[in-house]
Amino acid sequence: MLSIKNLTASINGTPVLKGIDLEIKAGEIHAIMGPNGSGKSTLGKVLVGHPAYEVTGGEVLYEGRNLFELAADERARAGIFMGFQHPIEVPGVSNAAFLRLAYNKKAEAEGRDELDPLEFDDFIHEKIKLVAMKEEFLDRSLNEGFSGGEKKRNEILQMAVLEPKLAILDELDSGLDIDALRVLGDAVNKLQRPDRALLIITHFPRILETIQPQFVHVLSGGRILKSAGKELATELEDRGYDWVLEEAAAGGAR
Amino acid sequence: MSSTLNVVTSQEYKYGFVTDIEADSVAPGLNEDVIRFISAKKGEPDWLLEFRLKAYRHWLTMTEPDWAKVAYPKPDFQKIVYYSAPRPKKPQYASMDEVDPELRRTFEKLGVPIHEQEALAGVAVDVVFDSVSVTTTYREKLATVGIIFCSFSEAVKSHPDLVKQYLGSVVPSSDNFYAALNSAVFTDGSFVYIPKGVACPMDLSTYFRINNKESGQFERTLIVAEEGASVSYLEGCTAPQFDTNQLHAAVVELVALDRASIKYSTVQNWYAGDKDGVGGIFNFVTKRGLCKGKGSHISWTQVETGSAITWKYPSCVLLGDDSIGEFYSVALTNHKQQADTGTKMIHIGRNTKSTIISKGISAGDSSNSYRGLVKVQPKAEGARNFSQCDSMLIGQSCSASTFPYIEVQNRSARVEHEATTSKIGEEQLLYFQQRGIPAEEAISMIINGFCKDVFRELPMEFAVEATKLLSLKLEGSVG
Repeated sequence: MLSIKNLTASINGTPVLKGIDLEIKAGEIHAIMGPNGSGKSTLGKVLVGHPAYEVTGGEVLYEGRNLFELAADERARAGIFMGFQHPIEVPGVSNAAFLRLAYNKKAEAEGRDELDPLEFDDFIHEKIKLVAMKEEFLDRSLNEGFSGGEKKRNEILQMAVLEPKLAILDELDSGLDIDALRVLGDAVNKLQRPDRALLIITHFPRILETIQPQFVHVLSGGRILKSAGKELATELEDRGYDWVLEEAAAGGAR
Repeated sequence: MSSTLNVVTSQEYKYGFVTDIEADSVAPGLNEDVIRFISAKKGEPDWLLEFRLKAYRHWLTMTEPDWAKVAYPKPDFQKIVYYSAPRPKKPQYASMDEVDPELRRTFEKLGVPIHEQEALAGVAVDVVFDSVSVTTTYREKLATVGIIFCSFSEAVKSHPDLVKQYLGSVVPSSDNFYAALNSAVFTDGSFVYIPKGVACPMDLSTYFRINNKESGQFERTLIVAEEGASVSYLEGCTAPQFDTNQLHAAVVELVALDRASIKYSTVQNWYAGDKDGVGGIFNFVTKRGLCKGKGSHISWTQVETGSAITWKYPSCVLLGDDSIGEFYSVALTNHKQQADTGTKMIHIGRNTKSTIISKGISAGDSSNSYRGLVKVQPKAEGARNFSQCDSMLIGQSCSASTFPYIEVQNRSARVEHEATTSKIGEEQLLYFQQRGIPAEEAISMIINGFCKDVFRELPMEFAVEATKLLSLKLEGSVG
């Protein structure tokens, strides 16, 4: 589904990704872990087309197409979704109207029928149950005055509405209490299917107890230092990141 | 800003056509003879000529104000045509069919609902073309409930006492440079009188258009709502595209007596000049409402999207006890446009209340300032004001400023002021794009959300028009 080869990227001329290789197939769940400032969020932002980052080398194929030939909104309509770490607040734009526009843009791109406000109302009321969101949040302005946890709930609601093929979830657990994390983790699991894939970006292994990855990658200094199965997450929980960095440094020295 | 924030603001001005109509004009320039000519042309009574001459003589002693945060070459007042009227084929129009077909086509292009078939729209329209009011629809229907809605010139003829009583009573002819100029040379405008206890059954509307290249437009609007009367009035403006600047200096006076209510809505889309700031209207307007009676209510709603320079402060003088003044404004500037706009709320009576909601949007290289005065006079016991001034910036080279002036001379008064500045940045756009929404639609949605508190004050068709207009104006600014 997604094939990343020797990807390099920089921001304001400073290299942040220094050669990333990653293959994600349909049905897979990957976790990218790493210390703060390792470049793991950057990877997500580059994949969805954040304009502040410049791709300086390598290639990314998404379903066989060159991802970088698609504008950010085209990537989204092609099925790539990002659950943001810090979702922005938009005063005056109702959450429901935003969700409906997003849904209809995708429906239009896929040649499906668009939903009018009444139809969408029925549709969204089913979806909010999945993330246990209170109805009142639909009528409020998009993310405005939402707590950190409510914003994350809203991100997963958008994921449920758009049903992306590839969902990148950036630090979903930050700002979430343990119960909310379980609810959203379960929701993400329910949305995962054999023809879809997940890329979980996280600093803490905690979230990976609910959303269990088959593959765990440690990213640091703009490179993937280690890739393994989900047992790596447990090991990171026990031992932290330093040993991976040391091992990599030793490997590089050899 | 990256490539998305620069493509969305270069839309061409869609009302930039010129109508080829024979016009009856006076030579450019201003002196007492020109004023006498205008007055004679309109068959005015002596008192009105005196009003004009007095204003003119006072104007000669004044200098153009320069305190606003706008920079422009001062207009040469001797190069302006002060009277330009479409020359009618017949002196009077018995019906719309007799109006010059060219003119009718202009209004069709503008989408002015002037035909009888548009009765469904429920809007009565007065159309002011260059300087002269062309036609007023629905007059008879309104007259059955005693409402007078006609051109200003006609009001001078048919209701001279009312005009004499209220003209200049809210904006004195010596009020400011442009108001004085207007008082001297105004050629037409609209007059509305709502008698005691009558709620005007439909929205009244005036459509202003400047067509002549050298002409200035100096219209005069006077609205009087008697005790317990109410009216909603809409004003729309466009002008053709010329590479020279044209002057628009209007005066609007509103008078609300006991428990009367006047709602005045404007969508201003005068030609703004091109991307490089060549041409465009200089919009220097004085609008003021007097809440004269107890419990009277005046509400200004404006959506300012056009003009090269906007200098405009629709204000309320809250004289009657318990009177209410409101100002809801969206001002959008793009390219080289400059706007200095806001309001004045003068609290004189007891328990007077005012609300100010101002939303400024700047894009391109434009400059957008809010300037507002809240003044509470010593006897305004229990006066209350709430002001909120929000600015939004699109791109890197525009600017937004807020100049709130607060003068409180009564200890029981409560005045609140809130201000915010935000930016449509790449993070915001990315969020929308990441959900599959293209940048232009994203901007339009963000802007409409930002302006929601103002748009909901507009009559529905106007709100729809305003929404479209903002999107159109910003096309090309996000890149």
